[in-house]
Amino acid sequence: MNGAQDLGGMHGFGPIDPEPDEPVFHGDWEKGVFALTLAVSFTGQWNIDMSRHARETLDPAEYLSSSYYQIWLAGLQKLLAQLDLATREEMASGTMTEAPVKVQRILSAKDVAKTLGRGGPTEREAGAEPKYPVGSAVRARNIHPPRHTRLPRYVRGHTGIIAGTHGVHVFPDTNAHGQGEQPQWLYSVRFAATELWGDDSPGTDDVYVDLWESYLDPA
Amino acid sequence: MSKSHDHHHHGEGSELPDIALRVKSLESLLIEKGYVDPEALDVLIETYETKVGPRNGAAVVARSWLDEEFRKQLIEDASAAAGSLGFTGRQGEHLVALENTPDTHNMVVCTLCSCYPWPVLGLPPVWYKSAPYRSRAVADPRGVLEEFGVNMPDETAVRVWDSTAEIRYMVIPMRPEGTQDWSEEDLAQLVTRDSMIGTGLALTPDQLEAAKTP
Repeated sequence: MNGAQDLGGMHGFGPIDPEPDEPVFHGDWEKGVFALTLAVSFTGQWNIDMSRHARETLDPAEYLSSSYYQIWLAGLQKLLAQLDLATREEMASGTMTEAPVKVQRILSAKDVAKTLGRGGPTEREAGAEPKYPVGSAVRARNIHPPRHTRLPRYVRGHTGIIAGTHGVHVFPDTNAHGQGEQPQWLYSVRFAATELWGDDSPGTDDVYVDLWESYLDPA
Repeated sequence: MSKSHDHHHHGEGSELPDIALRVKSLESLLIEKGYVDPEALDVLIETYETKVGPRNGAAVVARSWLDEEFRKQLIEDASAAAGSLGFTGRQGEHLVALENTPDTHNMVVCTLCSCYPWPVLGLPPVWYKSAPYRSRAVADPRGVLEEFGVNMPDETAVRVWDSTAEIRYMVIPMRPEGTQDWSEEDLAQLVTRDSMIGTGLALTPDQLEAAKTP
């Protein structure tokens, strides 16, 4: 979707302003949002693509005026409500009034290291050969799905070269919407900076973007 | 996205108690519902505050500077190479190492969210997740580098890697001059977080010395 999350190439946000000696968390509430987001995700009620979609569907004005952990908190509360794990009223009061739903699993303290270490690989077994060989020219499709996609606006309609393949990976556009993993070949596509941003860009420079096969057409 | 870390030292002052209360309420509710174990929350926080951070990535880079076999493995299969030092898992399942050379400088961004190689770099800094960096890194990487104090020569190609999928990238900075006889532990001190994102270079021995002097 063409939401506020798709930031590549926008102007006007000001300097980057890195914070010297930045702590991992700014205050206990950030710790809380981080740990709750991870712990609840381990219940298996949703996947990472659904989490990202919950965040990117925030009102653009809210998204752009929030810190990242504020965005995470809003996304977490949205998913909890959508999937009936908790009501908005319960979340506001902090008191349970509805019985909990049965979840697939609960992360225990002793399993944290093992669970984090295992992670959540998205590569799946390849059923077919990749359509595009390394070195071939492709064009990113000029599509504007109003749903979750990982095809950023700034490459749509532009021509690039297949720089490498990453194997077959879960397709976020379906996985975010309960339509299954539908894995596809994932490519590293090299776009010349001049192709994306015009002739004023240095001819030496490139942008590499990871794109699924169905985002691409032969060029 | 806030322009920077303004929730930290200016603005949003009146919002802080409110969000802290909202998070507390949510936490008690989710514990009461039995969805989360409070002890697991503490372990998660402790893990990313004390165990998983850029020191991990610095150890990977220092090893690659000293051990040619390890360097080759890192370029071939970074997940396996980092895993051999004990750095595996969430947000690093499919890790790729990008080697800087005199001809090529690599820089990593996630324009769509905040994708970052957690097992080797820890959790991302605020600026990496914020609109100024995410918007400009792909369109004006040399301008971004200048803002970080790095002037990239015209003849050096700049490659920006947008983490749009589950592949996570770490940059292997060039080994600084004057470090021939250095141990792996000492070399690791030259490897900053930003040098592994590609918004910085590894410290020179002089810069390290200056950083240590209060």
